[in-house]
Amino acid sequence: MAILRVEHLSKSFGATTVLTDVALTVEKGEILIVIGPSGSGKTTLLRCIHCLEHPDRGTIVLDGVPFGRGDGPGAWRPDPPRELDAKRGRVGFVFQRFNLFANLTALDNVSIGPRRVLGVPAAEARTRPPPLLGRLGLAEHAAKLPSQLSGGQQQRVAIARALSMDPLLMLFDEPTSALDPELVDEVLQTMRQLARSGMTMIVVTHELDFAREVGDRVLFMDGGRIVEEGRPEEVFSQPREERTRAFLRRLLRTGAPHHPIDHEAPPRTDPAADRRA
Amino acid sequence: MFDFRLIVESIPFLAKGAVYTVQVSVLAIVFGLVLGWMLGLVAVSGVRWLRAIAWGYVQFIRGTPLLVQIFLIYFGLPTLGINIPAYWSGVIALGLNSAGFQAEIVRAGIESIDRGQTEAARSIGMSSFQTLVFILVPQTIRRVIPPLTNELITLTKSSSLLSAIAVLELTHAGQAIIARTFAPFEIYAAVAVFYLVLVAALSRGSALLERRVFVNY
Repeated sequence: MAILRVEHLSKSFGATTVLTDVALTVEKGEILIVIGPSGSGKTTLLRCIHCLEHPDRGTIVLDGVPFGRGDGPGAWRPDPPRELDAKRGRVGFVFQRFNLFANLTALDNVSIGPRRVLGVPAAEARTRPPPLLGRLGLAEHAAKLPSQLSGGQQQRVAIARALSMDPLLMLFDEPTSALDPELVDEVLQTMRQLARSGMTMIVVTHELDFAREVGDRVLFMDGGRIVEEGRPEEVFSQPREERTRAFLRRLLRTGAPHHPIDHEAPPRTDPAADRRA
Repeated sequence: MFDFRLIVESIPFLAKGAVYTVQVSVLAIVFGLVLGWMLGLVAVSGVRWLRAIAWGYVQFIRGTPLLVQIFLIYFGLPTLGINIPAYWSGVIALGLNSAGFQAEIVRAGIESIDRGQTEAARSIGMSSFQTLVFILVPQTIRRVIPPLTNELITLTKSSSLLSAIAVLELTHAGQAIIARTFAPFEIYAAVAVFYLVLVAALSRGSALLERRVFVNY
């Protein structure tokens, strides 16, 4: 059975339509890569799956349990707060900008979820994360505050925090695009490790090599719709749609495609420089 | 000319007044902190009518002079059959007033925290209340120490207005001495120095708090 099933998902912000009738399913253990230009709705799609944004209409079913109430064309309504919180905890979310809790150490960032949400006793909640941090190579940083960690380390702690809730599914929203180039690899390495462990993942990313290597399936989104879908080697080597081709050409030419909010990276001319892995 | 002897002689009496000023201020600060945080948290809550109450309260406190608020409580309430002694009228008026300003500081402090903190907390299943208690409030406390210190200094100095309802705090003690000695310059200068010392102590305490208790983030 599919871990995640999304149907007829639509979302507008005021007059701007961001997602139009999006449907997707993710099988257990599958790694789904989502690519697409800026403003194509990738991030909003992830945020809707996590109910950080409320969809206007559509169905989201996680492991057989509907997320919110809405049927096909009917308007979507959120679950009552308690139910929503409980369901959210079963999906891990990794943000572009890490969003580690600034007032807590790495260890506390990773133990606060089990402790406060899952009700694990304090003593136990503090003993479970160290192995988790250790597995991700973060043991020596357990007592540090986020401000004392590099971007790559912060993002790995953020991944550990999401994992601490023992999620059914992990969502990654451009996890490496706020990082300095030399810090990208350690995060991708952590994600590879996670993928090998059998975790189900949806990854919005522009790291094509990573996508090709780890992804089971690629979605290309543009204008709030899924334009093309297929195995990575198909989509990347022989894209059927002109829009996909144009996007991939742009991505390969300039490396970092579009981060208006990020530090400006000068367009690179050497395509080989983009192939990080 | 400037009579230092007079100042030295009045120190014990002024010191008694200063003790009253500290008492009234500390009580009002505690009252104001409790009510101010409650109002500030209510002001960022999702409950619309609670937010409206907090907003209306802040508007009233900011929009009317403290002296009028003191008079309302000390002279106005007895009309309704509520008689509160001058000392406690002063504590209540100062506390209510300070709460209005502290509520704004707390509200602004919470709203200044990156939305990503809330989203991350919600994303691991924390409720909005847990997010507030474990994530937002701890980060807010550190951020609002400087503006809250300002507010507490203002409150301490504003307690001099209680001389108008004959609370025997520092300013009123000074006035009492002046009524006897006719030496306003010397005595008010001495009173001013007393306030300076009190405020310096407050600033120092707050700086220590900021450095010691909330270290790194």
